[in-house]
Amino acid sequence: MTDNGDKKYSTISIPKPLFDKIKGRIDGTGFNSVSSYVTYVLRQVISQDEPKDEGDVFSKEDEEKIKERLRSLGYLD
Amino acid sequence: MINPHGGELIDRNMEGPARERLAVDPQDIPVFDIDNDIASDLQNIADGNYSPLTGFMTRNDYDNVLEHMRLENDVPWTIPIILPVPEGAVSAGEGDDLILRHNGRNMAVMKIEEEFELDPARHSQAVFGTTDPEHPGVAVVNEYGKRVLGGEIWLLNEMESPFPTYHLKPAETRVLFQERGWETVVAFQTRNPPHVGHEYLQKTALTMTDGLLINPVIGRKKQGDFTDRVILDSYDALIDHYYPKDRVVLSTLQMVMRYAGPREAIHHSIIRKNFGCTHFIVGRDHAGVGNYYEPFAAQEIFSEFADLEIKPFFFRSFKYCHACMSVVNEKTCPHPDEKITNFAGTMVRKIVNEGAIPPPEMMRAEVAEVIKAAEVPFVQ
Ligand SMILES: [Zn+2]
Repeated sequence: MTDNGDKKYSTISIPKPLFDKIKGRIDGTGFNSVSSYVTYVLRQVISQDEPKDEGDVFSKEDEEKIKERLRSLGYLD
Repeated sequence: MINPHGGELIDRNMEGPARERLAVDPQDIPVFDIDNDIASDLQNIADGNYSPLTGFMTRNDYDNVLEHMRLENDVPWTIPIILPVPEGAVSAGEGDDLILRHNGRNMAVMKIEEEFELDPARHSQAVFGTTDPEHPGVAVVNEYGKRVLGGEIWLLNEMESPFPTYHLKPAETRVLFQERGWETVVAFQTRNPPHVGHEYLQKTALTMTDGLLINPVIGRKKQGDFTDRVILDSYDALIDHYYPKDRVVLSTLQMVMRYAGPREAIHHSIIRKNFGCTHFIVGRDHAGVGNYYEPFAAQEIFSEFADLEIKPFFFRSFKYCHACMSVVNEKTCPHPDEKITNFAGTMVRKIVNEGAIPPPEMMRAEVAEVIKAAEVPFVQ
């Protein structure tokens, strides 16, 4: 991993006061660096931002087949 | 409804004339015979239980999972899903197709994208936190072939399910939850017949969600584990007498236990997210074995994943308190030990060995009767 390690991370800039604030905040938490904290927060924000599955991933035909099986097994009335 | 893990529900069941041909005749494609453990992983990939995986891991994903508990594309993933083969067992190499055969049937065709070498000690240290050969997961890894094949798969024939009427795929549970109008669903994973503590835990969780998925893991077990039949029959009895039927689903998950504790708790929750569950129950020492993991390590690990989306419900261990006259835990009950009865596994052994039905505060009579009546309650 070390041979391509530097390809796996990018450097981004954040305001210095924000950096200092985070640095002060993560003392005594499970985060061992400002980078790991920022990564955590961004992953959380990004995942909450994903468009939700509206249940239209199956074609009507597939969905009917599934319902038929669920009915035959007694999972659906 | 909650998104499948990684955004897309995977379906690798092959259809059409190519499937019909390959399913019976591998033609010139080399064949490799796989065991039940690999076959169940294969089935889980094909059905989308392991979405977004579309095959066995290639090296970058494998390395990233070992080192960072994520796929190469940053999606959380904690358990390597790999195809190890013994040296010399497969003549095919990178770029070739390979038929994976199980119990004499051509189960899948795989496009070998990459091969790499397995380092069992590195693998076990990362996944299990130990290389102790006594650890059942480590023992399995030590038996692996040292050559690992990665690449996408297409399923030709389904693995035989011992309980086909309980076998639901993610596409099916998702439609089922939608039809029942459940927006929030909590999943409970189990390897045991239910005692009153389990019931209390499930019903506590169900109080906060629209539905409950009881999802026993079936498949290979250790000697002395309960048989799958007893687990399913005892849950049927419990649900029949004590659960509102429009709020609960019982279905199986055919998968091998790795006993990887914390990492496996994340893996288990990812699969339930693919089933359409929004919550997952994590108890004490989830997927643990012996004393290899701290009792609550499988709960603490969730704090490392901000982007898992499925939410864990953490529970302490439940006990029965004769003063409270209810199921309690140390947070809810002030009484000393002499008032407390634990839900011990020995209680169930007594049913089997002595035919003794436990008191009702320990186990429902209907459940105890199922265990008592079972011809083979434990794996021999
Ligand atoms: Zn009490």
